[in-house]
Amino acid sequence: MAGRESLWNALTAPLIRQNPVTLQILGICSALAVTTSLATAFTLSVSLTVVVVLSAGLISLIRRHIPNSIRLIVQIIIIASLVIVIDQILQAWFFALSQRLSVFVSLIATNCIVLGRTESFARSNPPLLSMVDALGSGLGYSLVLTVIGACRELFGSGKLAGVAVLPLADEGGWFTPLSLMLLAPSAFFLLGGLIWAIRSLRPEQAEPPEFPPHETGEAR
Amino acid sequence: MADLGALFLRAMFVENMPLTYFLGLCTFLALSRRTEAAVGLGVAVIAVMGVTVPLNQVIYTAVLAPGVWAWLGMPDLDLSYLSLITFIGVVAASVQFLEMVLERYLPRVQATFGAFLPLLTIHCAILGGSLFMVERRYGLAEAAVYGVGSGAGFALAVVLLGAIRARLAYADLPAGLRGLGIAFLIAGMMSLGFSAFAEMAAP
Repeated sequence: MAGRESLWNALTAPLIRQNPVTLQILGICSALAVTTSLATAFTLSVSLTVVVVLSAGLISLIRRHIPNSIRLIVQIIIIASLVIVIDQILQAWFFALSQRLSVFVSLIATNCIVLGRTESFARSNPPLLSMVDALGSGLGYSLVLTVIGACRELFGSGKLAGVAVLPLADEGGWFTPLSLMLLAPSAFFLLGGLIWAIRSLRPEQAEPPEFPPHETGEAR
Repeated sequence: MADLGALFLRAMFVENMPLTYFLGLCTFLALSRRTEAAVGLGVAVIAVMGVTVPLNQVIYTAVLAPGVWAWLGMPDLDLSYLSLITFIGVVAASVQFLEMVLERYLPRVQATFGAFLPLLTIHCAILGGSLFMVERRYGLAEAAVYGVGSGAGFALAVVLLGAIRARLAYADLPAGLRGLGIAFLIAGMMSLGFSAFAEMAAP
């Protein structure tokens, strides 16, 4: 049985040290489209975390019974069924939010984080450890989504989760919203900047140069 | 006809899959280090989307859409919640089938592009294309045009990014920005450029 130490490690490692989004470029497909406001980013984060934890748990439970040759199909079907359930729940109780998320809830099914966790970890580890590991990855993804969603909503419309934080210039305040923040390019810039920041703080994550520049010995 | 042409251009430029809807970014960023790999990926995406989107349209309107079982006396039956799982199955099967056909009849093409085909089974842009097709209620012809158009848009974007990154391989970048970081910034600038198409489309 895994000790408390390794459980804690499995939970916290994906937060920043091995964040699935910024280090392994997994699962960014859906990560950026829904981050125009904190509410949608948060909903998608919660949905993804639930799906990844449940699918890791389920697959880990039946891991000894899945034939190796059809394991990908089995995993995809389990994940897709869970995603359908989440989608139906959102449509039933949070209809306005699910309209704004449109197809992106369904696209959790093709999110590489989910399949990556089940394929690389849950398939060969006991249920509890797999679920904790999946929770860690889900939280790492949620962290990135929430940060970007908060930035875009705060600077794009002066609000945070629908509550006005910065008084808008139109309404007598001082803040002029940056409309770029609500458009697609800003998500790329913010995520690029976030990656730059994390890799500057943790230089071991930086990629080695492909063609190192010559050391000419001259002063620059 | 003019409508279909407009839809093709719209799918390719205005609603560009990776740059406007952020779909298929995983492969978009991971495989654009080399221009040749980017070209291969682009061709494979065009082929798979051109096949799966119309196929899914046929399956959806014939089997899954609400009310299609009325002739069997079940007008209330609504199977549309099964569309996600069906689409994933169709995409996986088409990818496998395409691979087998290529291997049998066009082994040289298979040797060049075959490596990218399995990756496309869980490719957000391909599944997203089918889901958008349902959401916007496209007909069969529109679905085919939309599939090829968005595939072409993806190919265009990934080849452009591949070309830019191949140049940047020689640049002396800050350590934290190397690789993924700069790729995101370039993609952001390309996305800015592509948003100009949206301005052109809106009269």
